[in-house]
Amino acid sequence: MRPDLGRITMSNFTRRGLLKTGAVAGAGLAMPTLITSPLAAYTNEPTGGSVTLGFNVPQTGPYADEGADELRAYQLAVEHLNGGGDGGMMNTFSSKALKGNGILGKKVEYVTGDTQTKSDAARASAKSMIEKDGAIMITGGSSSGVAVAVQGLCQEAGVIFMAGLTHSNDTTGKDKKANGFRHFFNGYMSGAALAPVLAKEYGTDRRAYHLTADYTWGWTQQESIQQATEAKGWSTVNNVLTPLATTDFSSYIAPVLNSGADVLVLNHYGGNMVNSLTNAVQFGLRDKQVNGKNFEIVVPLYSELMAKGAGENIKGILGSTNWSWTLGDDGTKAFVKAFGEKYGFPPSNAAQTVYAQTLLYADACERAGTFNPCGIAEALEGFEFDGLGNGPTLYRKEDHQCFKDVLVMKGKDNPTNEYDALEIVEVTPRAQVEYAPDHPMFAGGDLGQCNPGA
Amino acid sequence: MDQFLLQVLNGLDKGSAYALIALGLTLIFGTLGVVNFAHGALFMVGAFCAVSMQKIFEISKITIDATKTDFLGNPLKVKTPYVIEWFGESAGNAMINWSVPLAILLAIPVMLLVGYIMERGLIKHFYKRPHADQILVTFGLAIVIQEIVKASYGANPIPTPAPSQFVGSFDFGVLLGMDPNAVIYPYWRLIYFAFSAVIISAVFAFLRFTTFGMVVRAGMADRETVGLLGINIDRRFTLMFGAAAAVAGLAGVMYTPINSPNYHMGMDFLVLSFVVVVVGGMGSLPGAVLAGFMLGILESFASMNAVKEFFEMLYLPSIDQIIIYLVAIIVLLTRPRGLMGKAGVMEE
Repeated sequence: MRPDLGRITMSNFTRRGLLKTGAVAGAGLAMPTLITSPLAAYTNEPTGGSVTLGFNVPQTGPYADEGADELRAYQLAVEHLNGGGDGGMMNTFSSKALKGNGILGKKVEYVTGDTQTKSDAARASAKSMIEKDGAIMITGGSSSGVAVAVQGLCQEAGVIFMAGLTHSNDTTGKDKKANGFRHFFNGYMSGAALAPVLAKEYGTDRRAYHLTADYTWGWTQQESIQQATEAKGWSTVNNVLTPLATTDFSSYIAPVLNSGADVLVLNHYGGNMVNSLTNAVQFGLRDKQVNGKNFEIVVPLYSELMAKGAGENIKGILGSTNWSWTLGDDGTKAFVKAFGEKYGFPPSNAAQTVYAQTLLYADACERAGTFNPCGIAEALEGFEFDGLGNGPTLYRKEDHQCFKDVLVMKGKDNPTNEYDALEIVEVTPRAQVEYAPDHPMFAGGDLGQCNPGA
Repeated sequence: MDQFLLQVLNGLDKGSAYALIALGLTLIFGTLGVVNFAHGALFMVGAFCAVSMQKIFEISKITIDATKTDFLGNPLKVKTPYVIEWFGESAGNAMINWSVPLAILLAIPVMLLVGYIMERGLIKHFYKRPHADQILVTFGLAIVIQEIVKASYGANPIPTPAPSQFVGSFDFGVLLGMDPNAVIYPYWRLIYFAFSAVIISAVFAFLRFTTFGMVVRAGMADRETVGLLGINIDRRFTLMFGAAAAVAGLAGVMYTPINSPNYHMGMDFLVLSFVVVVVGGMGSLPGAVLAGFMLGILESFASMNAVKEFFEMLYLPSIDQIIIYLVAIIVLLTRPRGLMGKAGVMEE
């Protein structure tokens, strides 16, 4: 009997019925937009006593620990914006527009989404926060692939995107958008900061072998490091692209010693970096001599959490970071104190950049006197500020990229505790990492027009 | 020649892990008829036994050093591991240094227990259900185990180094009269290969030369007849499930110095290990081992630049990512039962 019942049911579901149902369902789905569009001046214009921010961070997946640290920083920023705690970097921020009474007098609330470090999941969670929760701004992320995808979505939806941890040149290069802003540094800046230190430490006659994560971030970082080191006299023996899903890099590392290279550059991040570095150290590369020189390993982009994962292997290895909790400026001290007292350990690179982004967004709203994305974008463009831990900083109008000092770091030989894995070798001044907006590595994109949505 | 040797060596350790996991999978499939998608999670639990051992050895007594301050300016808390406090500096440090091999002692009872609980608590209810149900429930179980480990240990990889005596690599090139550094291979990976060879031999010897093993093999061939002889075959199969879990766990323990363990590592191996089982032939233990090493070595060769470039010319990019599946397709097309599969297995 059951097959018959199934057949009868199916025969009742006609093509016309399907079209009708689809039309009704489509109209239902479109209802909120149809109703709100003519009334609101911009997407999710806040009408009550509160304003909702959307924190889109990896809560599951390989970067979940970084996402958790971002979320801690966001929660701290919300607390400070609403007048709680000691105010953190609001006290040291050069702009004094923030008063600790929320944003434009509205209490700051937040919703969170899980990017899973997957572009489609990140877009879905951002979309849900915008459409269902009424988020007026989306921020966060720990991957350039995710940042580019979510930035595109925010541009279409008409909300501001304050990028989290994204280091690919493309985020503010070929994929830049008028509604997107990046505080974090990029691959070009890593190359510009790192190459002079590498030349000084290891000499100008070096042959580099690159292993590169096969996606947007890896490609642009590799290109940046290659160009910067070749400008200092190095040559590049080989660049091997490694799939992102690789966990054992031994087959990529084994041929390195026999290639004539005397430096291995690991353009890897997160678990990839921990594994490739561990494999390279296992193979004893750092104990070898090639071309009459000590074999060296370079990790251009560091993070504190990765350094912890790599353990002893990180000792003596050079890389770069956006910020370090060991800096001595007032902004850093205020943030480390507020974060450390709340959570019991120092904040990471990722935590600082998202905390700064939240304050920068709130400050721009206050200065613009509106939550309208176009007003906020105008307030952020060309904005010069200080006191957020990176020294004097410019949010450049042409590409929405922040320009500030970059840190060259080294794995510490004798760390005093588990948070002390990296030490600052050099604070590279902003002027050294600046580039023209039409630099070839950033060419091909168009910022376009700001979209207020609605 | 040197490149050839290098990639063979590289494939051996990867193949060792595949073979050990596939061996356990085949044992479970052969005895209980269950397709266990939680087997990768057992490999991961084994790896976290090593992490736990390291953490146990690092449990510390905290004293306050008023002369130093922490990052917030508070008096510094100094940690001294209890093993150093109790056994002295050299013995305590040696225990911490050798925490990975010592974790085997922890992993064996833990994995046997985990295997026993898994089988009695969940999997036995699915013996008579279709394979699709078994796959769904064991895959769900794998996700649960994975999330528990993530909640307990975090998402980032945790460094678990090999004893310092095994850091560095052996120069095979010099041994074979080649240039220094032409063919090098890390000591720990050699140990891993040797370890897996011992475990695989032990499993085969156990099944071949003990009465228990003979009964299990008889049960695998004809469960009903063995049961009619008055032998409690179910109990023996439950123990075999525990043994298979222990094999996966030990593979995980010893793998930790090769790649820092994280909660997701089981999934990374699971799918490939299933391909290994299918290529080797469902239910064939020697097939699983043979296919494990064969595919490990092939995967290693596929990551060579020259090989990648050659396949790119044939419009097959990223051959290193698909080689195992490609070989699986070819083997299954030419030998549908796998390399050493027997007639009647999963063919009803």
